[in-house]
Amino acid sequence: MKANSIKCCLRLSAILMLVFSLAIHGDQEIPPASKLQDALSILKQGSMADRELAVNQLADLGASSLPILQALLDGKLFTLKSDTSLVIGIDNNHGYTLSDALTGSEKGVIERSAVTKINLTNNLRVALRKIIGQLQLSADDPAIRLAAVKAMANEEDDNTQSLLKARALIEKDEDVQQAINVVLLLKDMNSSDKLIRIKAIDLLKEQNNRDVANRLNAMLEKDETGNFIEADSEIRSVAKAALIKINSRLQIYSAMETVFFGLSLGAVLVLAAIGLAITFGVMGVINMAHGELMMLGAYTTYVIQQLMPNHLGISIILSIPAAFMISALVGILIERGIIRFLYGRPLETLLATFGVSLILQQSVRSIFSPLNRSVATPEWMSGSLQINDFLSLTWNRFYILVFCLLVFMLLLQILKRTRLGLEVRAVAQNRTMAKAMGIPTAKVDAMTFGLGSGIAGVAGVALSQITNVGPNLGQAYIVDSFMVVVFGGVGNLWGTLVAGFILGIANKFLEPFSGAVLAKILVLIFIILFIQKRPRGLFPQKGRAADS
Amino acid sequence: MNRYTTKLRALGVACTMAALVFGTTNVQAEDTIKVGVLHSLSGTMAISETTLKDTMLMLIDEQNKKGGLLGKKLEAVVVDPASNWPLFAEKARELLTKDKVSAIFGCWTSVSRKSVLPVIEELNGLLFYPVQYEGEESSKNVFYTGAAPNQQAIPAVDYLMNDLKVKRWVLAGTDYVYPRTTNKILEAYLKSKGVDKKDIMINYTPFGHSDWQSIVADIKKFGSAGKKTAVVSTINGDANIPFYKELGNQGVSAESIPVIAFSVGEEELSGMDTKPLVGHLAAWNYFMSIDSTKNSAFIDKWHEYTKNPKRVTNDPMEAHYIGFNMWVKAVEKAGTTDPKAVQDAIIGVDFPNLTGGTSKMLPNHHISKPVFIGEIQDDGQFMTVWQTNKLVDGDAWSDFLPESKPIIADWTSPISCGNYNTKTKKCSGQVFK
Repeated sequence: MKANSIKCCLRLSAILMLVFSLAIHGDQEIPPASKLQDALSILKQGSMADRELAVNQLADLGASSLPILQALLDGKLFTLKSDTSLVIGIDNNHGYTLSDALTGSEKGVIERSAVTKINLTNNLRVALRKIIGQLQLSADDPAIRLAAVKAMANEEDDNTQSLLKARALIEKDEDVQQAINVVLLLKDMNSSDKLIRIKAIDLLKEQNNRDVANRLNAMLEKDETGNFIEADSEIRSVAKAALIKINSRLQIYSAMETVFFGLSLGAVLVLAAIGLAITFGVMGVINMAHGELMMLGAYTTYVIQQLMPNHLGISIILSIPAAFMISALVGILIERGIIRFLYGRPLETLLATFGVSLILQQSVRSIFSPLNRSVATPEWMSGSLQINDFLSLTWNRFYILVFCLLVFMLLLQILKRTRLGLEVRAVAQNRTMAKAMGIPTAKVDAMTFGLGSGIAGVAGVALSQITNVGPNLGQAYIVDSFMVVVFGGVGNLWGTLVAGFILGIANKFLEPFSGAVLAKILVLIFIILFIQKRPRGLFPQKGRAADS
Repeated sequence: MNRYTTKLRALGVACTMAALVFGTTNVQAEDTIKVGVLHSLSGTMAISETTLKDTMLMLIDEQNKKGGLLGKKLEAVVVDPASNWPLFAEKARELLTKDKVSAIFGCWTSVSRKSVLPVIEELNGLLFYPVQYEGEESSKNVFYTGAAPNQQAIPAVDYLMNDLKVKRWVLAGTDYVYPRTTNKILEAYLKSKGVDKKDIMINYTPFGHSDWQSIVADIKKFGSAGKKTAVVSTINGDANIPFYKELGNQGVSAESIPVIAFSVGEEELSGMDTKPLVGHLAAWNYFMSIDSTKNSAFIDKWHEYTKNPKRVTNDPMEAHYIGFNMWVKAVEKAGTTDPKAVQDAIIGVDFPNLTGGTSKMLPNHHISKPVFIGEIQDDGQFMTVWQTNKLVDGDAWSDFLPESKPIIADWTSPISCGNYNTKTKKCSGQVFK
């Protein structure tokens, strides 16, 4: 009771202080604090229509309501379950750090379950973005200004236009200026004056901008009655010429995009296959549990992320050595426990390792549940590198491509320059001779298998960033991996690299024409035909070792 | 030679003994009513079906606490068809002939249902199928408690068309029978609404597809033709995460191109990083977030039963809840568990669903359900943005495909047929091709 009344007093005094501080600046007739309070109380009420009303009211209040609107858009605006007051919550390790939405005063830390979030719909989100854009048009950071202009790109009401025009006069940043110009020109395309329209189209055709392409496309469409939306045939022909120009540029960019897609698919294939290139290529062991070793790597990433939920970036980097160790250990266990008794009996090895793969899958299912686990992507790996409106490269794929090349180089160096590498190559070339020279072949076998398995684990870390982490993760990649190794030439790492990239790019160029299902089939048929012609793959091993 | 025969004989003895042991348990368990639970507990589909097995055990447990059925206790017989379609048929046969179950609750994928169908019709069993499916089927022995296309896909498209003013459509799906048939129906429906062929893009991908780069780029291009575009997704469970991730990374937001999914529910969302999904849509007949006393009681019971306060509930669980209770009501009405009597008694039985309405078993073996459209929130729940104002009756044969338009299913006399052509007045089997 007492605590409550103190709280009440505090809140009252806070409101009073706000009113005071506003009254000092105050030049509006009605005190804005009460308006703000009104809007916020409407915001708290359930229905979406109410929320829209409240947002518009907040918008009318101008820049003072910006933090609230931004928090609403970011999903950081909550109501306290205890006293239904509105608070802004910043996520920290254990819950939310709260501050009062109305006064901005600190309200301490609270657990997640003590607050309810104010939900939004898509329509409301669009409206919010536009309002925030209008309010942020004069922000200090040019990046925020640019985002603000982009949020207003498709708004044609006069208010937005006049805001933008006013901003254009004083804008100093070149990119923002450019963006404003495009938005204004887009508006000009609807002008009643024919010359302005033609001029707008003429200026816009040099822009690599999706909105421009959209608008031009729409101009050339017919409406329900069969008439062109753009009635003037002269403008239509100008628009058509502009569109052709834009489309030709678009085609170049989209070809570049496809190559990137292909390279990144190739990188995933190479990562998945390169461990196999060692176990299958160098040792000749058909390891059907290879995919499950990747799965273990992905689950390691998940576990490490659970251990340190607030350091996503570091957890991913830590996962790489951890996944290597775990998968390598399991790999060595499989080799020592099963495969070493089956050398020279490929069919039995295949069946035994297939059994191992089922055991690994089901044990993961029992430990972690059959449901997929969610592995979060760190900030620096999500989103894309926007080169222009037509070409953007997604960060996660980009990093995986770089990562794949790093792993490849590292592996190459291990095989070339270390003692283990020398021994591995010696055993692969001639086992009996190597043994005669005093190389402990059994130990080398275990180490080689461990190395290949460890690399599979590392591939699992990369896969956790682009696909599901679940018990079936490995199955999806096992066939692809064998395909790459066989195509590249058994026993050759460079072959695996080149084959992975060729298959990736071929797949991506086929996909738009044939669809994903047929593209895969076509690639398989191609490989079968290729193997008929060159049974040893792209880069066959030469010399006596290859014949044995 | 001799050794082998001894071995064989030993095997024979073992078999007989096993049979005897099982036989006696059967005799002992005579005073219980057996209910078969046919859901995969291993393999690919375990991800979705394990939950339904738990749901069934909970429902049976609860019924037993209320005193069982017809004065007898219910006993669950759980088998694991291991996501292997032919094994579904074998296990169904085993349940009906060996365990003599009174009803089977099970299957998830359409292909598993199709595999069980001949067995269940031959042995005259009962199957309650709890998952949304493509329609174009009505068997005397199957009760479809999930949504037919007109209870999920068509209302979803209506919502996009009327409320979001979508003019251009991407129908993306995994390459198997449910998406293919659903998309066929949707394409016909869209065309009947005056959508031009060039404004529809259809795309199929293999199971578990993980490289969505070029498809998302295509969708982006398709969506930049100056018209509001939406994706109608029948993409199956596992392929969804990479799909939504790629959408997020390539900057396709729910505000520009919304995706409405028919196979993404609370259970699937619990295994996803929900950040890139916020604002995208799903259409179901039940959401965990729907506020009703029945629903919160059900959720509480589920948490108590699984001893995990974080477990989510989803649409197929509600379907089992309704189906099981309808079966109980029908058995009580008929006074026996005999499948034939139950088949007749269950038509017209109604039971309150978890979202505040009362679902009814229709003569075509489908049930009436409300339809909800929800936006995904970052806590993995849905916020309802639209719902039908009354329950929608499930339609077995789509009215939007010319070949199935004149066909109806009605298991009451005088028609008593799952595939009755109203034009030729002929009944032609149960499964339409």
